[in-house]
Amino acid sequence: MAHVPAELLYTKSHEWVQFTGETTARVGITDFAQNSLGDIVFVNLPAEGDGVTAGEAACDVESVKAVADIVSPVTGTVTAANNDLESAPEKLNESPYEAWIFEVSDISDREELLDAAAYEAFCATEEA
Amino acid sequence: MGGYIPSTRSERAEMLRAIGLEKPEELFASVPEALRVKKLDLEPGLSELALFREMRGVAAKNRVYRSIFRGAGAYNHYIPAVVGAVTSKETFVTAYTPYQAEMSQGVLQSIFEYQTMICELTGMDVSNASVYDGATAAAEAVNMLVDAKRRVALISEGVHPMTLETARTYAFGADVEIRTIPLKDGRTDMEALASLLNKDVACVLLQSPNYFGLVEDGETVAKIVHENRSKFILSVNPIACALYKTPGEVGADVAVGEGQPLGMPLSFGGPYLGFMATTKALMRKLPGRIVGETTDDRGERAFVLTLQAREQHIRREKASSNICSNQALCAMTAAVYMAAMGETGLREVARQCHAKAAYLRGELARIGFAPLHEGPFFHEFVTACPAGKDELVSALAEKGILAGLPVDGGILWCATEMNSRADIDELIAAIGEVLA
Amino acid sequence: MKLLFEKSVPGRGMDILPPLDVPDCPLEAGLAREKALRLPQMAEGDLCRHYRALEKRAHGVCDGFYPLGSCTMKYNPKIDEQMAALDGFTGVHPLQDAKDAQGCLEVYARAEASLKEITGMDAVTFQPAAGAHGEFLGLLLIKAYHHDRGDLARTKILVPDAAHGTNPASATMAGFEVVSVPSTANGRVDVEALRALAGADTAGLMLTNPNTLGIFDENILEITKVVHEAGGLCYYDGANLNAVMGIARPGDMGFDVVHLNLHKTFATPHGGGGPGSGAVGVKALLRDFLPDGQVVGEAGNYRFERPKKSVGRVKEFYGNFGVVVKALCYMLSLGAEGVPEAATGAVLNANYLMHALVEGGYEAAVPGICMHEFVLTLEKLKHETGVSALDVAKAMIDRGIHPPTMYFPLIVHEALMLEPTETESRETLDECAKAMLDILKEAHTAPETLHACPVTTPIGRPDEVKAARNPVLKYEF
Repeated sequence: MAHVPAELLYTKSHEWVQFTGETTARVGITDFAQNSLGDIVFVNLPAEGDGVTAGEAACDVESVKAVADIVSPVTGTVTAANNDLESAPEKLNESPYEAWIFEVSDISDREELLDAAAYEAFCATEEA
Repeated sequence: MGGYIPSTRSERAEMLRAIGLEKPEELFASVPEALRVKKLDLEPGLSELALFREMRGVAAKNRVYRSIFRGAGAYNHYIPAVVGAVTSKETFVTAYTPYQAEMSQGVLQSIFEYQTMICELTGMDVSNASVYDGATAAAEAVNMLVDAKRRVALISEGVHPMTLETARTYAFGADVEIRTIPLKDGRTDMEALASLLNKDVACVLLQSPNYFGLVEDGETVAKIVHENRSKFILSVNPIACALYKTPGEVGADVAVGEGQPLGMPLSFGGPYLGFMATTKALMRKLPGRIVGETTDDRGERAFVLTLQAREQHIRREKASSNICSNQALCAMTAAVYMAAMGETGLREVARQCHAKAAYLRGELARIGFAPLHEGPFFHEFVTACPAGKDELVSALAEKGILAGLPVDGGILWCATEMNSRADIDELIAAIGEVLA
Repeated sequence: MKLLFEKSVPGRGMDILPPLDVPDCPLEAGLAREKALRLPQMAEGDLCRHYRALEKRAHGVCDGFYPLGSCTMKYNPKIDEQMAALDGFTGVHPLQDAKDAQGCLEVYARAEASLKEITGMDAVTFQPAAGAHGEFLGLLLIKAYHHDRGDLARTKILVPDAAHGTNPASATMAGFEVVSVPSTANGRVDVEALRALAGADTAGLMLTNPNTLGIFDENILEITKVVHEAGGLCYYDGANLNAVMGIARPGDMGFDVVHLNLHKTFATPHGGGGPGSGAVGVKALLRDFLPDGQVVGEAGNYRFERPKKSVGRVKEFYGNFGVVVKALCYMLSLGAEGVPEAATGAVLNANYLMHALVEGGYEAAVPGICMHEFVLTLEKLKHETGVSALDVAKAMIDRGIHPPTMYFPLIVHEALMLEPTETESRETLDECAKAMLDILKEAHTAPETLHACPVTTPIGRPDEVKAARNPVLKYEF
């Protein structure tokens, strides 16, 4: 069973969000996501200043034989990208909840987000 | 036994029975009757000898010139015998794309070696495994560098006209705008370039030596293009790269070019080779296949197709290019050619091309064919033509000489290591006879 | 194995050029290359030995069975190679006057005539260098057609979900938005879904028939009609033409534009990944938009012409000419009878092999009669034994067989796609079936041995993750 920290919020496309303030948040991918993608070999990070829209792709991650969009859970402006992932994409596999991908501020909108229990239940249906 | 089918009629009947059918037509039961072809309107098939005679007859309708002074994008160079011997090897000729690394190490390693040689030649960090030709390499480079914000590419009028047109056609597809940079005295007008640059310009494409044979000032271009935060694509002649400053040395972001001079025959325009190389920073935007080195499960050196998530079979509609098949055997041809020549040999080819062109240019000037442009040139140049261009070309053709290409304002001449001094002197004498 | 650069010894080399016979002409100051050019320095014999060693580490059509689905790895006739290498073809400059190159223009004219007949189209261009290149051009023609009529609203291309990856990628390159059309459970286009998707924004539909599941879609006339009624055009991806050449024609099925892979259907070799030739055929309504350089005129007086509303060009000169020579030779060898005979042979071989495999316990993605190729699904096997399509493919290598196409089409789980082609004998098919059934048995008895395959090759399974995470893309001197 994939690890689902209680303090985060989740999307049905398997991103996690951590609100760090009223209108700021960090975004990453879940344990379930990294597990189904397999070994991640590259992260196409968004650039600082990029606008992102809730429910739309903000960037993507690559495994050897697949590419997956990272859907932004919120609408806002990218204030930081985790540049460590450029040289160490494997961190997304090793510790997905520490390896955040980007930070957003000026959040004006958000997707419908799940809490840990709801997300866990959702993953169970995906696995089935 | 047509169609190179081994099984005999009776074997085929047995095979049909084995799958529970009686007549071959039943295999096509899902093809609506209305669509079935009754009989193709083609000639009956030919035996091998009949085909041999037929095709030899077709080939004989072409004129093969013994003396060639025409380039303009396709160059007559000597091809060492070892090149054909290697690249006609059965397995290299017939293998598919090396998807199965374990049984394709030979092909993969040869591509890795090719990529290394292209990087050496161009001074760039990363090469792909080839694209179709020089023109598509340039067009792919434009596509690779435009983004949502910058949708304009500037292309010098010194670029080969077919390359320019190919880039325009690709741009029609990708909804990219192409603007051309005019020439001044045969070379790209720097002031015009500076005035055309703005925040919409994604990239600038130049060719050096350009279509008229002149060496462009790549360093100045790189400087002003980068000040505008645009990217610089430089199209080069691979033989010239052995002597002249490389795209890497002048500061290009992408180097492209037509690889035909590296061991491929003229062959009426193809198959040729598009080479494409870039900087480490742009590596993941490079289209096409790329081979990388890794290790196998026993720790041994191994080669694989890598960075595949860029490509169409994974990224599908989000891929920046659709290229799949490339010109792999032509890339191998180039690699064998470069290995046979070595640094010394390739520099010597370039030196001889340049020296023969200089000699030809001097001799032509002496008989009234004044050069149209001053400034450094490699192995091509344009001269005025004191007589009717087409008449001169036809008259020389009758003597077995392919003259330079008639262009606006004169004739575009080319000399390579294939043109001996005697050939050049013969040309000059022949022109003299025609003019008299 | 060592690289050329690791075998290089300073001072070694070959003696290729005679001394310069005109005065040397040094470069002007400031123009010269500064960095050394580190090409291999080798004697001819060592160079030959290097490439011979590489050849032994590769697999071609004459090294063994090559049932790579969608790639049509048929035998490449030697006479075709020999004819393309005639001096009368290889020595011709592309910018010679047309009257000096009548033989080359005749090759194009005759190849065009044959392909028009085989496809049911009205004109053919040979400019595209490969299948994907042909797709791109074909879509540009569709775009130009709509634009010419002032119909700028047609921005979408319909592509079935089972399509080759090049289809959506080509549509994007041509500036279209891709709309995916679902397949039905039995592998056909969902015609009702298509009807709902087609409309005033439809530029066209891209389809391969037989499709990537090896099925001839019997609703094809209905499918093309739906698209035409919506005002769109129909594009035929000819990657699978080998199944139906001489049997049914894309032109009669209602397609307006088609690309052919001469390096598949018409027996020209693949060269380790190219050069190919992606000839594009069109109906009369698209003829005026074709690229520059259509051959017109009569034998002995051929010339190139630029169509009135040409899209321009997608390549320098006229195409991969040498490849077209080989394809023409092949078509002349086969002739009117041989073309459908080859297709029938291909379909027979595919069904014979599929039958043996299904009888022996493999599961076909779509049961019944297939066309020139078929797809197996190993989902159940994977579930029961842990042995994947990849494991089976790698085990085939150890038995001297090139693996089938793996994990394609994407709509089939644990897919293996086999295309035997017509040029394989019954013994080869029997041996392949036996090898694959042995592997199946082993999957149940000793799955772990299959995870370790291949063991007979120069290398074992490569670490692709390492290759992608830390790319080493050239030799570091």
